[in-house]
Amino acid sequence: MTTEPVIKADGLDLTFQTNDGPVHALKGVDLEINKGEFVSFIGPSGCGKTTFLRVIAALEHPTGGTITVNGMSPDEARRNRAYGYVFQAAGLYPWRSIARNIKLPLEIMGYPRAEMEKRVEEVLRLVDLEGFGKKFPWQLSGGMQQRASIARALAFDADLLLMDEPFGALDEIVRDHLNEQLLALWARTEKTIGFVTHSIPEAVYLSTKIVVMSPRPGRITDVIDSTLPRERPLEIRDTPEFLAIAHRVREGLRAGHAYDE
Amino acid sequence: MKSVLPILTVVVAIVLIWYAAAIPMNAQWARDQAARADTTLTTSELIADTLSQDRPRLPAPHQVVVELWNSTGDMVLAGRGLSNRSLILHAWYTLSATLLGFAIGTAAGILLAVGIVYNRAMDMAVMPWAIASQTIPILAIAPMIIVVLNSVGVQGLVPKAIISAYLSFFPVVVGMVKGLRSPNASQLDLLQTYNASRNNSFWKLRLPSSMPYFFTALKIGIAAALVGAIVGELPTGAVRGLGARMLSGSYYGQTIQIWSALFAAALLAAALVGIVGLIERLMLRRMGMEQ
Repeated sequence: MTTEPVIKADGLDLTFQTNDGPVHALKGVDLEINKGEFVSFIGPSGCGKTTFLRVIAALEHPTGGTITVNGMSPDEARRNRAYGYVFQAAGLYPWRSIARNIKLPLEIMGYPRAEMEKRVEEVLRLVDLEGFGKKFPWQLSGGMQQRASIARALAFDADLLLMDEPFGALDEIVRDHLNEQLLALWARTEKTIGFVTHSIPEAVYLSTKIVVMSPRPGRITDVIDSTLPRERPLEIRDTPEFLAIAHRVREGLRAGHAYDE
Repeated sequence: MKSVLPILTVVVAIVLIWYAAAIPMNAQWARDQAARADTTLTTSELIADTLSQDRPRLPAPHQVVVELWNSTGDMVLAGRGLSNRSLILHAWYTLSATLLGFAIGTAAGILLAVGIVYNRAMDMAVMPWAIASQTIPILAIAPMIIVVLNSVGVQGLVPKAIISAYLSFFPVVVGMVKGLRSPNASQLDLLQTYNASRNNSFWKLRLPSSMPYFFTALKIGIAAALVGAIVGELPTGAVRGLGARMLSGSYYGQTIQIWSALFAAALLAAALVGIVGLIERLMLRRMGMEQ
């Protein structure tokens, strides 16, 4: 494929000015993400993985270098509603039912009423929450809430899905289940996904590309193109191929730490 | 039912303490009267007298209850429910000023809060003045408001309502500012990812998030509005309203009248706060926030 990359970062710098002096959240980050890729960002806290995701989303602005999203500046991309963002906390509005939470972006973007109803049904099916539209968030488990928040990000036509440790607060079993579902969803929707995590198995299991990052200053230490097939049962995690990639990620993380201390 | 017993216990305790206090407080006058008539009182006679004087220092609870009944229910039964001596009429005058003032105060409070949250200049300029306004004793400023408004030809209900509004806007400002700022960073970020307008973020996030704070503020605000209306009736020497009843009662030493007006005001305040609480529950239930 010779299409333009969805995300293209060149020498990206971001320095926060704090009372304790400047903090280099990102330094010299170069990265290309192509359409349909599932890219995980992994690294210890403070490595800038969330910051990088927020720069793509135009929630933070770089202090140096360039970045384009769909060939536009991140701000333009945001105005064009180019991406859906899933936060670490589900962040559902407690006063809205699940269906009305999913309608929130649609209301803001001015979709017609009939279209909204149709899409809510669609995405609820996509995340396996059929019949839960009328429930309020507090009536759902943490995993179901996070699925509802993914549905909310899928409800409008953004080709790019940005996920910031969406399953970080969930237990291992729920997490496995959601990872499987997420892969199925990715296969069905053909979206490009940027996924922040600090779990090595999660990153390896989900991704076509793993970006290993290290802190102070936040930078990329390794980019691993996964050799795993797109079709991935959970058992794939016991194959030598999987373990080899996991090993390389772990080495990358360790190298980043050694540099630091 | 479980909650009734503790409440009743406290009420009974208060009534007992009240009776116990009324006897010694009114005893001196009873003894003086007896001495003047050259008689002596047995203990039981003394107690009976202290609880049935016309102008006691501290009226007994049953006297207040009887006076309350005589000036409300009994007058309604007699078909004079809205006569000049009726507490219902006086309560209505105070209530109308309270409600008008509460409406003005709430509206002003919401507008100021929105201004403070959305405008940096207002954020820095308004709050100190709002706080300063509440440090001035209302008794000092109420006569001036009434005099000033009177000189421009505004009389009657409106000046009292303004004093009500003066007291009730403050809790609404403080509560609403807190409430409108209660959404957390990720809730605000979420709206930004949708490229939502300020309008959207106000109506879809900030305003609904502020509702629990808003209703708490309203409960304080409506009680304050009632106090404001009563205080507003005092300096004018108003002839109508619960405040006027208290004032004329104190002119003529009608302690029973003062206390019954006081209780009428307390009952009114309780009813108003109760109504606001009821609306709060219905509203929050509709919003799915009452669990």
